[in-house]
Amino acid sequence: MAKPTRSIESWGTRVGVILAVTGSAVGLGNFLRFPGQAAQNGGGSFLIPYIVAFILLGLPIAWVEWALGRYGGRKGFNSLPGIFRSVWGRDAGAYAGVLGLIIPVMIYMYYVFVEAWCLAYAFQYLTGGLRLGANPGAYEDHFNHFVGINQNGSAFGTSAIWFLIVCFVINFVLIYRGLSKGIEWFCKWAMPALVICALIVLVRVLTLGTPNPDLPDQNLVNGLGAMWNPAREGQTMLQSLARPEIWVAAAGQIFFSLSVGFGIVITYSSYLKRDDDVALSGMTAAAGNGWCEVALGGMITIPAAFVFLGQAFVDNPPGTFGMGFVALPSVFNQMPAGSFFGFLFFFLLFLAAVTSSLSMLQPAIAFLEEGIGVDRKVSVTLLSLITALGSGFIVYFSQSLLALDTIDFWVGTVCIYLLATIQVVLFAWVLGINKGLEELRRGAEMPVPGWIGPIIKYVAPVYLLLLFGWFVYDQVRQTLDPETSSYLDTIAENRTAQLSVGLVLLTAVFFTLLTVLAVRRWRENEAAQQEASS
Amino acid sequence: MTVAGWIILLVTVGGMTAMLAWCITKVVTTPGATEHMHSQADIHTPDVDED
Repeated sequence: MAKPTRSIESWGTRVGVILAVTGSAVGLGNFLRFPGQAAQNGGGSFLIPYIVAFILLGLPIAWVEWALGRYGGRKGFNSLPGIFRSVWGRDAGAYAGVLGLIIPVMIYMYYVFVEAWCLAYAFQYLTGGLRLGANPGAYEDHFNHFVGINQNGSAFGTSAIWFLIVCFVINFVLIYRGLSKGIEWFCKWAMPALVICALIVLVRVLTLGTPNPDLPDQNLVNGLGAMWNPAREGQTMLQSLARPEIWVAAAGQIFFSLSVGFGIVITYSSYLKRDDDVALSGMTAAAGNGWCEVALGGMITIPAAFVFLGQAFVDNPPGTFGMGFVALPSVFNQMPAGSFFGFLFFFLLFLAAVTSSLSMLQPAIAFLEEGIGVDRKVSVTLLSLITALGSGFIVYFSQSLLALDTIDFWVGTVCIYLLATIQVVLFAWVLGINKGLEELRRGAEMPVPGWIGPIIKYVAPVYLLLLFGWFVYDQVRQTLDPETSSYLDTIAENRTAQLSVGLVLLTAVFFTLLTVLAVRRWRENEAAQQEASS
Repeated sequence: MTVAGWIILLVTVGGMTAMLAWCITKVVTTPGATEHMHSQADIHTPDVDED
């Protein structure tokens, strides 16, 4: 009788591990950012560079991060500046690693704000605040008012600021008291519940038909077309693909949703044991995340937005993260027990966001501990104050969500892109591809294919550098052309964009100065160790 | 919805589903795999114990 018991336990453990690994990657990127990015970048056309980026960049660089982090951990470092300096053998490595501090800290500033929207929507479903009737425009007005999209400073006059404070307190308490271990439970059980809830919503979206007979073109099939058709009115697929920002945005979305290029995976993997698996763990997380993104995120939000609000809304969504908050309430309004499902979906999405935001400060915490020598609680308090100021800035400059979107573009896309490039070069060219693959294969629970070596060594860096060069060239060309508008034009013309970039630069200067102190401290420690050993 | 749209939908969703199914099969059929697998969420940072 002992054998079947072991088999049942083993099965339970395996299911638990699958749920924990796949669930850990699910977050706001899948359900909110991905549809927004797809809508802004050509729908189905976006999926082509997205899949290319997943295969050539996402999975290989996820493996690079897991392996590089575990390698750095064995050298005694847990922060990116420490790990990069150790791998490179030069102080310059520490300064390259500063990106791995700026990115998660700055993303945390706006991520917690979006997290607060989820909590607020869950609360409003529970208390009846989102019973706005059948007019989809009412949900758009509600969202615009709630987040202050019409005027800077207006979000301070809504309950958004109170929900943000609640989210900050929750994150602070959990991180400060070291309770983040409990997020394993969330990932194992709350994330599958979110997926089941999303599947129910998906069934409702796929059975919407033509909800408004007066607008027969706004039907489900055309809604799916709005998401998946590669050609759009006035733009062929090839014209879409000729824009470098689509390729950069697709790579950025892959990195964002896989948490690659954030500095988070590398920090956490530095705590692993020498023979822990990183290959199958990394691939299962990437696959679970990719599936949630395209099969759920891609099938629900844009089709629903098109059916209820039309093509004009899909072409100009309210910010990268806003589309779901306008489109999904219209779907819940058409569902039996819609308020219950609305509450459940946004509450589970809030929990998914919390599991992600809890890990976002760990790279900077690890750096402050090992580089500056302050303890965890001081680190958490300092970082909470900095991120609270940054979030306050993003909440104040809420008009058109420009501050959020500007920081999301320059940090959540461009900086992530640069950090991913640095990591792949360090792994393949500085550590050496053979040594790197040996590290990746140690303890691997799956065969790591040999062709991944040339992809990491040649294809990924060339792809990343060429694409970035093309993007920079195109931005300069658009800036010089008076008839087109570039990201640089936006910065030159708009005060909010200038201040947002200023905030990014200020954060960069702050962490660079701390890294100067950390390098000095590490040098002194090394000198003392050398003296002691001689 | 155009033919190209259907192709992109089927290839993307089908490809991700196949990849996830392969990973789940690998976890389920590889003896002892779960003992060495980790997610970001279950990795314990020792600095928490120092407080």
